[in-house]
Amino acid sequence: MTLLLPVAPFAHGGHPAGEPSWLPLFPVALLAGGYLLAAGRDPRGWRHRRTVAWLAGCAGLAVAVGPLAQLSGDPRGHLAQHLLLGMLAPLGLVLGAPITLLLRVAPPPVRRAVGRLLRARPLHLLAHPVTAGLLSTGGLALVLLTPLYAAAERQPVLHHALHLHYLAAGYLFAWSLAGPDPAPRRPGLAVRVGALLGAAAGHAVLAKYLYAQAGTLPPGLDNPDPEAFRSAAQLMYYGGDLAELLLATALFAGWYNNRRRRHVTDATGSAERPSPAQLS
Amino acid sequence: MADSSLPRGRTVHVRPAILAGALIGIAIMAAVDEIVFHQLLAWHHFYDRSTPSVALLSDGLLHAAEVIALVGGFFWYADLRRRHALSTRLVWGGFLLGAGGFQLFDGLVDHKVLRLHQIRYGVHLVPYDVVWNLAGAALLLAGALLIWRARSRDGRR
Repeated sequence: MTLLLPVAPFAHGGHPAGEPSWLPLFPVALLAGGYLLAAGRDPRGWRHRRTVAWLAGCAGLAVAVGPLAQLSGDPRGHLAQHLLLGMLAPLGLVLGAPITLLLRVAPPPVRRAVGRLLRARPLHLLAHPVTAGLLSTGGLALVLLTPLYAAAERQPVLHHALHLHYLAAGYLFAWSLAGPDPAPRRPGLAVRVGALLGAAAGHAVLAKYLYAQAGTLPPGLDNPDPEAFRSAAQLMYYGGDLAELLLATALFAGWYNNRRRRHVTDATGSAERPSPAQLS
Repeated sequence: MADSSLPRGRTVHVRPAILAGALIGIAIMAAVDEIVFHQLLAWHHFYDRSTPSVALLSDGLLHAAEVIALVGGFFWYADLRRRHALSTRLVWGGFLLGAGGFQLFDGLVDHKVLRLHQIRYGVHLVPYDVVWNLAGAALLLAGALLIWRARSRDGRR
């Protein structure tokens, strides 16, 4: 194992978590408030459980960028932030179905724009479960196995950019697997379960690898603390299980509900269903 | 997939019932292993110095698959139940088959072939291995017996 020497081009100014900042809480409050406003304006009545899911997601974000940000010099704090920002909060946000809500309350031009965006090829590629899983778990691997972690400790901008990446990738992944929002060209159950399996296995392997190599990983730290990284790795391992459990539940619950719909149409008989010829 | 050609309606689906039960059985046994032996007794280790990286990879994959098997198995079971296409005996048979199969797999492949970890450290291993694998084989046999009896009962009907 070659220890990468810290090639720090910039002087390290301590941890970015020095100053307690309420600023990151502002966008979270904006997300929660905007959603509540839109849900109140929905002419057909917005389901309360969607609102609850969204607010739970926002609460997760708030904890991650508020109290946990004080700990971000500590690897446990960093990985707890990753768990919340990149895995748990996104699931709540996705289950809140914000795009469906937007499509219900927005004026027609906005709706058309959203529709165009949802049909765009690049989005289908980006929001494919495999791509999204790679962005999510692969992104974390990049942080932990390269000097990126050490660099983010010195550079607050990079630190915040990483958090945004965690959130965006986690959101894409949860949406591609189990989102109630419209997702054109979403692959079938087998591909989605496979992507979840791959991402979760990658996460578990990464956690154990970090545990095993806590003396030298992540590379380039000024004063490494292997013991803290070992407990961070365990937190990552079991926290990843929790996230996988919740994602799998959302995924299979969606399958279960779709199957009921299909059985209901089967049971009512094909005679009641208009044939394609009648429809056209 | 012999049963997909059977007439629809109140047909008892043999294969899905066994498979759904087996998925749950595998996952429950894996959870018992994790909770009892890793967490409560702390006989197993979270990680072994001697674990090779291939074993680490297989361990991660298996661990991730267990969670999916648990959730997927339960939703599959719920779907079969909703359609009244469920034979409880077959599900229990599948459950025991899965639990015993996992126990044996863990005992033979994980412990002995891959040498991922051992049951306990600092003791004479043979009695532990024998009990572990015999228990797995007993569960496996019980499951097979239950399925065989349930199927011969269905055949007589």
